[in-house]
Amino acid sequence: MTTTKYDKTPKEQVTYANLLFYGCWGGLGLMALTYLIYVFGLLDPQVPMATILELWSKPVGEYLSVGKVPVGWGWAGLLGKGDFLNFLGIALLAGMTLICYVPLVAAYIKKKDSLFAAIAVAEILVLAFAASGIVGGGGH
Amino acid sequence: MRAMILVAAACLLVAGLFWAGADTGMAAEGAAAVDPMAGTGSDMAWWMWPLILLGFCFILGIIAVLAGVGGGVLFVPLVSGFFPFHLDFVRGAGLLVALAGALAAGPGLLRRNLASLRLALPVALIASACSIVGAFMGLALPTNVVQLCLGGTIMFIAILLLTSKNVVRPHVAKQDAIGLALGMNGIYTEPSTGEVIEWKTHRTLAGLLLFIVIGIMAGMFGLGAGWANVPVLNLLMGAPLKIAVGTSKFLLSITDTSAAWVYLNQGCVIPLMAIPSIIGLMLGSFVGVRLLAVAKPKFIRYMVIGVLLFSGGKALLKGLGI
Repeated sequence: MTTTKYDKTPKEQVTYANLLFYGCWGGLGLMALTYLIYVFGLLDPQVPMATILELWSKPVGEYLSVGKVPVGWGWAGLLGKGDFLNFLGIALLAGMTLICYVPLVAAYIKKKDSLFAAIAVAEILVLAFAASGIVGGGGH
Repeated sequence: MRAMILVAAACLLVAGLFWAGADTGMAAEGAAAVDPMAGTGSDMAWWMWPLILLGFCFILGIIAVLAGVGGGVLFVPLVSGFFPFHLDFVRGAGLLVALAGALAAGPGLLRRNLASLRLALPVALIASACSIVGAFMGLALPTNVVQLCLGGTIMFIAILLLTSKNVVRPHVAKQDAIGLALGMNGIYTEPSTGEVIEWKTHRTLAGLLLFIVIGIMAGMFGLGAGWANVPVLNLLMGAPLKIAVGTSKFLLSITDTSAAWVYLNQGCVIPLMAIPSIIGLMLGSFVGVRLLAVAKPKFIRYMVIGVLLFSGGKALLKGLGI
């Protein structure tokens, strides 16, 4: 039997792969760029480097209070600070799976595969719930 | 030549651990007398830490590939055991390390049909929902309790690596009703022989239930969960080893995403330490893949098992306050 490389791969799986490829490498590139901006001091950080060295050995609660670090999506308001600028790349990486799931729903609906469309919708809700920061607390 | 590079990498890893460990000791001794805002608890300049982490994680990435384990499972116990970072931040970084590796590997695995969406999606829904619960449990429990559980888990993983015998192509006589309803089957081409291989799963319900536990552990310890995904998909559910490994790696990109968001939202990600760890481990993984051809995987595997037993023991002692 002769086969080509991707001939058995479902179309929606290839779409997911392509989206993930560009998002992942874009996120990593952005992460590297913002990190260089941060460590070369092109933007002032929210938490000074010397303070971080003291706080990273302590529980997260102390880091949040001493460093005046916001929880949830509070970082989005501090993108002008060198350390929080890094969260752009991190958030893109952490958000890629959610983004990749959206075309999956449409693909499964088109295939009349309602079970997998429902699973994909449920996963989007789970990821959106995790990303929303609705449930807080619990940090040491 | 490549073998020499490998030995040098292992030596550098050990040296890095001792260096980090020595500075951790100094920092701990001096911590009580130091003003937190002065930032002089460690003798090292701040810029040394990203460089050490980058180098350390680069070597960790090489060794992880050669040993066939994920980066997170080595990163969390070693970095929490030998570096001065609190477990909260190590777990946050560990999840991002595992996530970045899984996201980078995902496209290739999906295109080659070595990771199956039909197999991954139902399992991922359970594991990712449970990893949120695990992440909150991990952040709510006292650090020493998490350290104790982490130590126990790491030692269990070491024993699992030592004893489990995966099956290349498990025999699945008849697909069960749940597997059939979910369409958990597929087809892939074995590149070495060109053979087209069809596969299907069985014991699907038991497999799905186990992913509840796997999800909770992944979120609680920030380990990634490839060490648990592969045996469940392969030995229990009957997926061929290549599909189990590929789907497991892809699965991490979903499971770890939800837990990573929890850690991110709780402030457990410090970019100064997390980003060099991610980049170092990814670069190391690329080099590790190239070294695979000349390395002796059996030796590396035993070395990693030894390292896991040692770091698991250290986490247990830390948890007990010894």
